Amino acid sequence: MATLIIPTPLRKFTDGKSVFEASASDVKGLLNALSTSHEGIQKHLFDDAGELRSFIRVYVGDEDINELEGAETKIEDRDEVSIIPAIAGGSK
Amino acid sequence: MSHHDITFSKEELERYSRHLIIPEFNIDGQKKLKASGVLVIGSGGLGSPLLLYLAAAGVGRIGIVDFDTVDESNLQRQVLFSIQDVGESKAIAASKRLKALNPYITIEVHDTMLTVDNAREIIRKYDVVADGTDNFPTRYLVNDACVLENKVNVYASIFRFEGQASVFNERLQDGTRGPNYRDLFPSPPPPGLVPSCAEGGVIGVLPGILGSIQALEVLKVISGVGDTLSGRLFLFDATVFSTRILKVRKNKNNPLNGENPTQTELINYEQFCGIGTTAKQREVAEMSVQKLDQWRKEGVKHLLIDVREPYEYGIVEIGGELIPLATVLESTNRIPKDIPVVVQCRSGARSATAIRELEDAHGYTNLINLTGGILGWQEAIQPELPRY
Repeated sequence: MATLIIPTPLRKFTDGKSVFEASASDVKGLLNALSTSHEGIQKHLFDDAGELRSFIRVYVGDEDINELEGAETKIEDRDEVSIIPAIAGGSK
Repeated sequence: MSHHDITFSKEELERYSRHLIIPEFNIDGQKKLKASGVLVIGSGGLGSPLLLYLAAAGVGRIGIVDFDTVDESNLQRQVLFSIQDVGESKAIAASKRLKALNPYITIEVHDTMLTVDNAREIIRKYDVVADGTDNFPTRYLVNDACVLENKVNVYASIFRFEGQASVFNERLQDGTRGPNYRDLFPSPPPPGLVPSCAEGGVIGVLPGILGSIQALEVLKVISGVGDTLSGRLFLFDATVFSTRILKVRKNKNNPLNGENPTQTELINYEQFCGIGTTAKQREVAEMSVQKLDQWRKEGVKHLLIDVREPYEYGIVEIGGELIPLATVLESTNRIPKDIPVVVQCRSGARSATAIRELEDAHGYTNLINLTGGILGWQEAIQPELPRY
């Protein structure tokens, strides 16, 4: 099982859970598994054309999937995949 | 002035002695701090520890940009301020505190909002910028102005229990600049996909941690000691106490300094962030808080529903029936069609959304938005209620 780390702003779709685990062979499969099991999260990750949104980065380990094979990046058991959203808080 | 020309008084040498006895830092590092100017944008949650530590450490010239005033709800985390400062200009109150902390440095107050018109001019006067702002338009404004003015942007942002930090646009050994915010996030979330006003909140200590990390990175950038977070993104999740460091790469499509730069000046950041540009929403029937007050006093038959979240309802409520926005469409059995139904939230935006959704999905024609929400009610009708 690969581990997907859910960032705080998306945890309202995962019942507050910070980690999602599923068997998947690539990043796309893992994100699809997440979207299938947690309704409402899909539109926050992908735009209407199915592309990953530009304020969301996905990492396998410490590397951006754009530097690897994108959504087709292969993942193995025990890989840690992170969804990193832009957040802006700081002052108020 | 080169840092080699900097001198210190006896008092300064004693004050900074714990820096001077670090072999890698020593008096040379301290001279660099004194010779440098740092601009801190936002003197709130992140800005408080940033400013306190930069001033204490002996950064020679510190600029503060903030247009806001100190509010009671700031004191939970903005440790720069005291109860006496409530209602005062943040930049001025901060300046007083910092001058009392360290009289050997210069504090420059910019009691203004950072805008497209003044950003480059203000940033130009400093060596390093530390971004402690709280919204996407200003984040991109600060980033772009720093890239265009060749300034380092020491970044952190926070949300609830989670924080991010990095160092953007640092000059690298080969003379090029490290990645910036647009390499990491090419564009911001459109309104509706970001946490709304109801979903904000931050645990009080978190900005203290991230702001302190920012201050540390500022000192490293200036002194040249150690490896900064340039090209790396630090992540901290306080709920499970996890820290991660991810790589940040330059993006060849970066409009500022990618392979084919298309942006040579600042742009309209409100528009870039989709604010005010989305199709105008259909208007809904509105009612003033005074009118609702009158209805209640006269016993006019109606129902008040409150579409905020339960944790907001726990802070303050005005007798409305709690039906959170996300559940209104499945709660129509609790929303009659035969009497006026007044819909209320914190400030009036979510309640208008609830009304549009109910009208579209279930044909309601008796829904009225409470203009200004519970904040408006508190202000005009029941000032004794708490604001949040």
